[in-house]
Amino acid sequence: MNTDTSQQLQQQILDAFEHAIALRIVGGNSKAFYGRAVSGEALNVAEHRGILNYEPTELVITARAGTPLNEIEKILDAKGQMLPFEPPAFATTATIGGTIACNFSGPRRAYAGAARDYLLGCKIINGKGEILSFGGEVMKNVAGYDVSRLMAGAVGTLGVLLEVSLKVLPKSEMEATRVLHCSNVEALEKMHVWSQTALPISATCFDNTSLRVRLSGAAKAVDAAINAIGGEDMDNASRYWMDLKEQRLDFFKTEKPLWRIAHASDIEPLPLEGEYLYEWGGALRWLKSDASAEFIQNTVAAADGHASLFRHTQQQGLFQPLTPGLMRIHKNLKQAFDPKNILNPGKLYPEL
Amino acid sequence: MYHFEKVESKIDRATLIDALQGIVSGESVLFEEEDLRPYECDGLSVYRALPLAVVLPKTIEQVQAILSLCHQYHVPVVARGAGTGLSGGALPHEQGVLLSLAKFKKIIHIDPKRRIAKVQPGVLNLEISQAADPYGLYYAPDPSSQIACTIGGNVAENSGGVHCLKYGLTVHNIQQLKIITIEGELLTIGGSGLDSAGYDLLALMTGSEGMLGVIVEVTVKLLPKPDRAQVLLAAFDDVAKAGEAVGNIIAAGIIPAGLEMMDKLAVRAAEDFAHAGYPLEAAAILLCELDGTNEEVSEHVLKVREVLKHSGATEVRTAKDDAERLVFWKGRKAAFPAVGRMSPDYYCMDGTIPRKQLPRVLQTITDLSKKYDLRVANVFHAGDGNLHPLILYDANVPGELARTEEFGGKILELCVEVGGTITGEHGVGMEKINQMCVQFNSIELNQFHAVKAAFDPQGLLNPGKAVPTLHRCAEFGAMHVHNGKLPFPELERF
Ligand SMILES: Cc1cc2nc3c(=O)[nH]c(=O)nc-3n(C[C@H](O)[C@H](O)[C@H](O)COP(=O)(O)OP(=O)(O)OC[C@H]3O[C@@H](n4cnc5c(N)ncnc54)[C@H](O)[C@@H]3O)c2cc1C
Repeated sequence: MNTDTSQQLQQQILDAFEHAIALRIVGGNSKAFYGRAVSGEALNVAEHRGILNYEPTELVITARAGTPLNEIEKILDAKGQMLPFEPPAFATTATIGGTIACNFSGPRRAYAGAARDYLLGCKIINGKGEILSFGGEVMKNVAGYDVSRLMAGAVGTLGVLLEVSLKVLPKSEMEATRVLHCSNVEALEKMHVWSQTALPISATCFDNTSLRVRLSGAAKAVDAAINAIGGEDMDNASRYWMDLKEQRLDFFKTEKPLWRIAHASDIEPLPLEGEYLYEWGGALRWLKSDASAEFIQNTVAAADGHASLFRHTQQQGLFQPLTPGLMRIHKNLKQAFDPKNILNPGKLYPEL
Repeated sequence: MYHFEKVESKIDRATLIDALQGIVSGESVLFEEEDLRPYECDGLSVYRALPLAVVLPKTIEQVQAILSLCHQYHVPVVARGAGTGLSGGALPHEQGVLLSLAKFKKIIHIDPKRRIAKVQPGVLNLEISQAADPYGLYYAPDPSSQIACTIGGNVAENSGGVHCLKYGLTVHNIQQLKIITIEGELLTIGGSGLDSAGYDLLALMTGSEGMLGVIVEVTVKLLPKPDRAQVLLAAFDDVAKAGEAVGNIIAAGIIPAGLEMMDKLAVRAAEDFAHAGYPLEAAAILLCELDGTNEEVSEHVLKVREVLKHSGATEVRTAKDDAERLVFWKGRKAAFPAVGRMSPDYYCMDGTIPRKQLPRVLQTITDLSKKYDLRVANVFHAGDGNLHPLILYDANVPGELARTEEFGGKILELCVEVGGTITGEHGVGMEKINQMCVQFNSIELNQFHAVKAAFDPQGLLNPGKAVPTLHRCAEFGAMHVHNGKLPFPELERF
């Protein structure tokens, strides 16, 4: 399916701009849980879909924002390529636009980079209804400010994504997963020893008893790394990494608030009550906890990190407060892209 | 051809110099003409100007005080690292202060466990890798100017190097910045982890050419040094075949650490300079570096050899040891100065194109070279499509520089036409300001101005660079009609 609804989208935004109507941007609705609730008229991007250009030897794909993520993954897979940031979908309806808007990256992130790192360019509609293009389909481009990357993680508050161009990479020739049994402190120690070597690690996860390590690369390199790391081979490993990425492991089946905590990888386990799961060599830690948001965010801030309430059945999402100086710049930028505050208002912070 | 954005400052020169001397010690404020001369240009020496004063602070507090002073009295500020920029980004403003970060030379600390280095902006690119070396780590982006350029300048330009296809640009290799706004406020951007809350201001600052804030501290990511690196050299009797070989390597599922191409004239210049044993009869050569674990490199070397031969290489050599690997690279890394020896002057262009357009672009450059009667040597970061045509000219021949600039402008416009960009890594600065009007339309340029205003509403940081005013574009458009259409029909003509 291939449809261009950019004119309708633009018209709806122009009308909303004229009458100052708040818009709630909806892609595949797979990540509606993420961020603060937005009340506004729905702006449906999912019909604006289709792959516009894919050149395997140029390592680039361009697609309309409403293109399903799985459609993109399928076409890349057929050519032995992938989105290196291994994005979670959270539902089969997930779109590439929503993925980039949230800057969601999966287990490979610590070893290959985030969604924003692979974003080469995008076409957007800003809050005034203007269609703008930034970046492009080439690997290196420093003409003008990097507005494309600014869109990654802005969750639609600065612009509605119409098209994105992404760098893609070849899949690895071989993959293997090793399991080691150890404590959290030992797991952190091991991951840091490995990270100072050139071992072809592509994912790590520690779940309180077991440390799982995925190796990806040339067959001989993976074999050599298996010897260096030790541990046991894991059955059904690709299923495991998929379930981790999609948050389908038992750990994620919970009524408790799920916190996403990001800080330096070597931070010792923080004094926060609850159950943990570590990813990204220790740089990303999921926490199920009933502790107050304030306590969690203060504790994480003291470790120079940030915590967001990622998912919860009752409460809405919540991001780490910004310093007044940074908030001022954020507000100015919001004003620069969306002067009437109509695009996903309040999705990230009440002020934006 | 350029002109400054005029400003109305609320302070005279003598009072300004006095006030600056109240912030930093006397010898850190330069104002005599002979002291200002060394700062009159960056690596693009065809543009020169003297600032009112040069100031060389050494603490964050001093930078804050200087910026708030300039803010209060509406004085333009141009930040400068080592001045190796190739687009006139650090060209002084005649009515402004040139703020040199040269005294910010400290490597604050290296944390091998976190694999980061926290450094001051005046630290040289290569110094970071040298300091990280005892830990088996290095900083990946390696511009050819790495022995001279500063990390602050690298961030401001989002600099690349020969290894960026695999390891990314500056934006992929930094984690945190401390910047001072024009009001003198210190902001910390990014974080100590892999991401931070809020908008990606780290990306926005990277490549912002000193327009949004002054960078006073940079935390870079370090990588473990690969176990092994191996380089192959392949010769081709046809540039198009060399271009195709690049695509074939990638199609084979291999991302080389470096993948560089040089055409015949560049090969000849590099060979005369570095004696690397390059095949002089080749129409183009490719250098392909593979790195990783020992096993991986052995496997990939065999594969790439095959691919190169299949792609029609007339010769494929593998460096027999590390010494020969460095010799192969020496010619490439010295390509700019080597070409510089063939001619009194050269002008380095910096466009990026989709790689498949290479034959067409090179052919057009050859045609233009005949038309303008100027020789061109092409050096190409082939892996990521970043082309550096070096136009040879003689500034002492009347009219030759003007012809060179026109020729260069045509090359950049060609890059845009084939789906690329006017600058891959050297920035817009003053040099490519007109071509920005070709790549972006007026609403996009206005959006850039709005981004700038979010940080610097009065436009005091590096005024007149990086993003052209619409009037400037209208003026340029009057000389330059694109595809038979005026690019800014809504603006009145001059
Ligand atoms: C021989 C040669 C080879 C080169 N090869 C490459 C290459 O391979 N790849 C590549 O990318 N570039 C290359 N360059 C270009 C140049 O070296 C880079 O752009 C470099 O990053 C500039 O650093 P600098 O310290 O010299 O910055 P400067 O030239 O002093 O400044 C560059 C820009 O950054 C701003 N700036 C500098 N410091 C700060 C700061 N602390 N805060 C805010 N703004 C600041 C300035 O205002 C200016 O706009 C080459 C240049 C030469 C001369």
